[in-house]
Amino acid sequence: MEKTLNNRAWWLVAPVFFVVAFSAVVPLMTVVNYSVQDTFGNNQFFWNGLGWFGELLDPSTDLGGRFFAALWRNLLFSAIILAIEVPLGILVALSMPRDGWKVAATLVLMALPLLIPWNVVGTIWQVFARTDIGLLGWVASALGLDYNYTGNALHAWITIVVMDVWHWTSLVALLCYAGLKSIPDAYYQAARIDGASRWAIFTTIQLPKMKRVLLIAVLLRFMDSFMIYTEPFVLTGGGPGNATTFLSIDLVKLALGQFDLGKAAAMSLVYNLIVLAVCWVFYTVMTHAGSGRAETEIAQ
Amino acid sequence: MDETSLLPDSLAWMAWTWQTAAFFATIALLLAIFTVLAVRFPERERVGVLRIPTTRGDRLFITLLGSAFICLGWMAFASADLRGDLTFALPICLVYALAVFRFV
Repeated sequence: MEKTLNNRAWWLVAPVFFVVAFSAVVPLMTVVNYSVQDTFGNNQFFWNGLGWFGELLDPSTDLGGRFFAALWRNLLFSAIILAIEVPLGILVALSMPRDGWKVAATLVLMALPLLIPWNVVGTIWQVFARTDIGLLGWVASALGLDYNYTGNALHAWITIVVMDVWHWTSLVALLCYAGLKSIPDAYYQAARIDGASRWAIFTTIQLPKMKRVLLIAVLLRFMDSFMIYTEPFVLTGGGPGNATTFLSIDLVKLALGQFDLGKAAAMSLVYNLIVLAVCWVFYTVMTHAGSGRAETEIAQ
Repeated sequence: MDETSLLPDSLAWMAWTWQTAAFFATIALLLAIFTVLAVRFPERERVGVLRIPTTRGDRLFITLLGSAFICLGWMAFASADLRGDLTFALPICLVYALAVFRFV
């Protein structure tokens, strides 16, 4: 059958193009536009050039100081939760049942925390950690611990980290489980014949086979934790002081609390660029992770 | 002169500036040029110093993203009187762009 080349079908994309332009491109242009201006309200704008960017990127200024503080805080948070959730997720996936009725039961149980909306998770933990009516807080106090997540920065951090681990380790575990399920039995049989230890099976069969899903898990968890807003906002509101004010929380405070549109726009652009760069690196690594090795294997 | 007065009243509330327009016009123009180039001379992947296969469009993306960070770096580290002026940062971006298209 002869097929004629006809590009007119591209016009069918036009509605999407206009919707995206209206809902994403023009708003993004607005943010860029605000980032070079200042406003005192009343919809009066004044040209400020690159002033906000200069201030934002200079840690000695008020704006730069709070931006870098929130950035380091957020990176530290992401590093901590990745360091906990990835190994823990692998461990959970390794101990999940492989067959029988237990599989379905485990999968449902594991999926439960993922189905709870962010603000509900925040609320659950806010109540759970209270020393007067919350089980966790009450037990901690009863054990003689001076636990107070609203007053003590370290306690607030521990509570937020544990909350995130509670909420998202399942995702890592489920991804790893999918990776583990794709390993054919023959690999394990071969390992048994060779008398491989449990550790050797893990490092030479399971971990390499999980590499791709682990990359996806790390990417998802990094991006999610780097952009986290709702849960810490509900749990601590960024406090005590600014101890748990992560980038999004600070951005919202700046944009909606203080209505400093120019500063907030500059901050969100830099934030966006960091996210974009990290995404690109992860995406590139993910899409080319296997290919490089395949080439060398063929060469050998 | 008030720049916003050049716009029709229905758009004035958005407080557009010509600098923002120029910035996005440049990007739109680059995208248009690369689209035309891609149609006229189909892209072919090639492996460069990053050891990843990149097409012309990928290299444009790397250029734009890298240029954004070069400008941020300039605004962060240049001496205080030059910080708000990208006259010197943009040539660095251009050199970077040429390097990306040549070597990446």
